[in-house]
Amino acid sequence: MYAQMIKSEATKDDPEQLAAFQARIDAGDKIEPKDWMPEGYRKTLIRQIGQHAHSEIVGQLPEGNWITRAPTLERKAILLAKVQDEAGHGLYLYCAAETLGVSRDELTEMLLDGRMKYSSIFAYPTLTWADMGAVGWLVDGAAIMNQVPLQRTSFGPYARAMVRICKEESFHQRQGFDIMMKMVNGTEAQKRMAQDALNRFWYPALMMFGPSDAESVHSEQSMQWKIKMNGNDELRQKFVDQTVPQAKYLGLTIPDEDLKWNEDKGAYDFTGPDWSEFFDVLKGNGPCSTERIEARQKAWDDGAWVREARLAHAAKKRAAQVAAE
Amino acid sequence: MSVTGLIRLGDNALVLGQRLSEWCGHAPALEEDIALANIALDLIGQTQLWLGLAGDREGQGRSADTLAFHRDAWDFRNLLLVEQPNRDFAVTMMRQFLFDTWHFEALTALTTHDDADISAIAQKSLKEVTYHRERSTDMVIALGDGTEESHIRMQGALDRLWPYVGEMFTRDDDDLTDMVALRPGFDAHAAATLEAATLTQPASDFAHQGGKTGARHSEHLGHMLATMQSLPRSYPDATW
Repeated sequence: MYAQMIKSEATKDDPEQLAAFQARIDAGDKIEPKDWMPEGYRKTLIRQIGQHAHSEIVGQLPEGNWITRAPTLERKAILLAKVQDEAGHGLYLYCAAETLGVSRDELTEMLLDGRMKYSSIFAYPTLTWADMGAVGWLVDGAAIMNQVPLQRTSFGPYARAMVRICKEESFHQRQGFDIMMKMVNGTEAQKRMAQDALNRFWYPALMMFGPSDAESVHSEQSMQWKIKMNGNDELRQKFVDQTVPQAKYLGLTIPDEDLKWNEDKGAYDFTGPDWSEFFDVLKGNGPCSTERIEARQKAWDDGAWVREARLAHAAKKRAAQVAAE
Repeated sequence: MSVTGLIRLGDNALVLGQRLSEWCGHAPALEEDIALANIALDLIGQTQLWLGLAGDREGQGRSADTLAFHRDAWDFRNLLLVEQPNRDFAVTMMRQFLFDTWHFEALTALTTHDDADISAIAQKSLKEVTYHRERSTDMVIALGDGTEESHIRMQGALDRLWPYVGEMFTRDDDDLTDMVALRPGFDAHAAATLEAATLTQPASDFAHQGGKTGARHSEHLGHMLATMQSLPRSYPDATW
């Protein structure tokens, strides 16, 4: 998911207030920014929404890598629109986080100095045009699995941001699948690119849901608070069950020799990802981890004079207005 | 009606749209990332219309994509201004402002063109470009009249790009409208904006030329096309 391994904060609030808060959540109320909330709820949400926002922003980079090389004008336009949507998602999410008392600049600094993370998936490279298909099909597909239920999350601004995001994500997934369709019905080279993209993105996509629930120490409190809506394994299984038939339709082979339909459980058995690779990526050892943060750091540093100048100009304008009055 | 005139308009939009899309994920603020992508998207849409019409009128079966991806630099007819590299945000925004100011005048003139297809594309594009010009004007003013550093950067960008302004107002038979006649409108808007931005318009009217005629592009265009055209050129049999 775009939010992985979110540590749920223990909370030291008054038990009566906590119980009343929990009752509101259980009753399906939305918690709004000015409402009382446990400190742990606030901190966990900041971490989760922040990580989601950072993922949208860092996620522009692997796709931006192909905008300048999109093979037709239409594909270029679609990819530009998609990446623009993602920047927009980042914007709503930062705004949702700001309602919890943290600024966008603070969140950005935490991303850059490593205190906050972005989704592991964006630390992987996009090497051929088929990767634009695979990112839409698999990565956005996996994101939707998690984000659709988050439309019902307990924190109002997050839930509302998610409604808009989900609409756009489902368009993104369809355009990814459409690229894959073109590739598998194309030349030998295109078919090879499509299979290669699936080979490289399959396990990183499975990692997006985070480690098995049995090892996820933070899930329980977040589920109680309706910050997290489903278990990691449950969503991963749902993703596999949805994606395997799509891969078959495309004529592509999922890179898992042990993948098979299990009649008893009515779902596929499959090989899980290599979790040591996942933890390496989270530590900053993904194939593109250094480049991704370097690019964001450079944008931040190189853009400082622009941000300062805009503030300075706005202040001058205000001063001139006051003087005129 | 000259096909070259249509290609010029399409190539300007394509080359600048491509340049702006290089910013994706690297802009100074999230709002700028979104805005740059949005403007790039408009320009790529305009490219499809102009080059699509050029291909139709030429009648040799070349589509907008063929024209975009299967011509070499010497057949491009864009202004030298738009192929100049992004460099920093100051150069990018100044390039945008100078181009938008010309583009607005050119499209306004083309909205009354005798050819219905040309006037229709101009009308659609003008709606977008009116917004582009408004935005780049505001940005030039804010950055010119921002901090000492931003002022120095914007003046540097203006000095660097000013020699590419004159080419926009050269005239030949392939143009779809009289480009010389656009100059007063450009000058008025540029002068007012630069004054508000506390920037000084360079005194020299020296103008580099060779983009819109294709006689001599800058070295930058070839590198841009090498990137942009790599897939369709490497896999000419593929459809995407």
